[in-house]
Amino acid sequence: MERIPILKMGDCLLVSIQVDMHDRLAMQLQDDLTARIAETAARGVLIDISALEMVDSFIGRMLGNIAAMSRVLDAQTVVVGMRPAVAITLVELGMSLPGVRTALNVEKGMELLATSMGAAAGADGHGTAFD
Amino acid sequence: MAETRTTQLPQLIRSKEQEILAEWLTLQNASAASRRDLISDSELRQQSLEFLSGLCTAIGESDRFEPNARIWQPVRDLLTHVSGSRARQGFSPSETATFVFSLRQPLFTLLQKSIPDKETLAREAWTMTSLLDQLGLFTTEMHQKSREAVILRQQQEMLELSTPVVTLWTGILALPLIGTLDSARTQVVMENLLQRIVETGASIAILDITGVPTVDTLVAQHLLKTVAAARLMGADCVISGIRPQIAQTIVHLGVDLNTVTTKATLADAFAVALKRVGLAVMKPTA
Repeated sequence: MERIPILKMGDCLLVSIQVDMHDRLAMQLQDDLTARIAETAARGVLIDISALEMVDSFIGRMLGNIAAMSRVLDAQTVVVGMRPAVAITLVELGMSLPGVRTALNVEKGMELLATSMGAAAGADGHGTAFD
Repeated sequence: MAETRTTQLPQLIRSKEQEILAEWLTLQNASAASRRDLISDSELRQQSLEFLSGLCTAIGESDRFEPNARIWQPVRDLLTHVSGSRARQGFSPSETATFVFSLRQPLFTLLQKSIPDKETLAREAWTMTSLLDQLGLFTTEMHQKSREAVILRQQQEMLELSTPVVTLWTGILALPLIGTLDSARTQVVMENLLQRIVETGASIAILDITGVPTVDTLVAQHLLKTVAAARLMGADCVISGIRPQIAQTIVHLGVDLNTVTTKATLADAFAVALKRVGLAVMKPTA
């Protein structure tokens, strides 16, 4: 069965969705990602959906769920690279993903993660592996 | 029409084509609806001639105007072309229909001169009149259609003109909205904005609603949708240009704008935007 790879980079987990999302794949990703966060104690998750051309309400909700689950596991989620058509579709579906942080591309998403993780680490009082 | 006897009209018209044409042209030019300032004599003559010969051919086959019949295709095309070009030239619907209706008199004179038998004359006249009525109505309809096409095109052009996305600074976009925001315009605004965000990599967009005359719940909802879509693309939005009157309306309507930064003027919003991207405007030290 096909899987979406989850890459570890320092404190961050990188997920790049390059295939059409179907429901089972989405559930699998949710399982894998929560397991990896717990396993690696990652502080940030970056989901790149720049190749995603179509979304439905299920995928939208899944993105929101992943963000919420990561937050419970003390990792911040940034969704990057959403296409204009996808953004419009989600808004028209009434899903503006209020709990999810977003960025235009991977570069900006990493910046965002670095700043917020740096701030969080500073508040926690232990150092960060991210510069 | 129940009668099956073929009409003599085609033969009659063919035999006196030049005379009819001359009389018809005189009538068209003499009528109050003639617009010699808009159309040249030669063009009118050409159109009249084509119509007359097309009409002859078609009546030979059937004496009723069937909009879908193949035999009427040339006449239909010609009328569509004539009314289309006249609509663009600024003819009124009745001035356009006069083109067809003024043919009635020359044809009637022709019938009167050539058919001695009263009963045949009445029948031929009836055929001719009802035929020209149908053609006249068709012309008016075509005129209307081409006017509608013009209006539609203008609407689209206005839509495109009225939603520019301007770059105020690197990474800062502004969207001066002019006119009422309906769903169709919101769609265009949203698409333009998101496209520009992708192109410029902007991280903040200012929606300026100074030019929006009224803000009701629907407009507010459209604005919030645009803001939400931009946020999904990783760009923050600031809404500016909120007049005191509009601020009052928004509160009275119970619209929740708490999720968005709002500013009174574009200048204020620009200051916020500069701050967010980590820039500051300073006076040069002398």
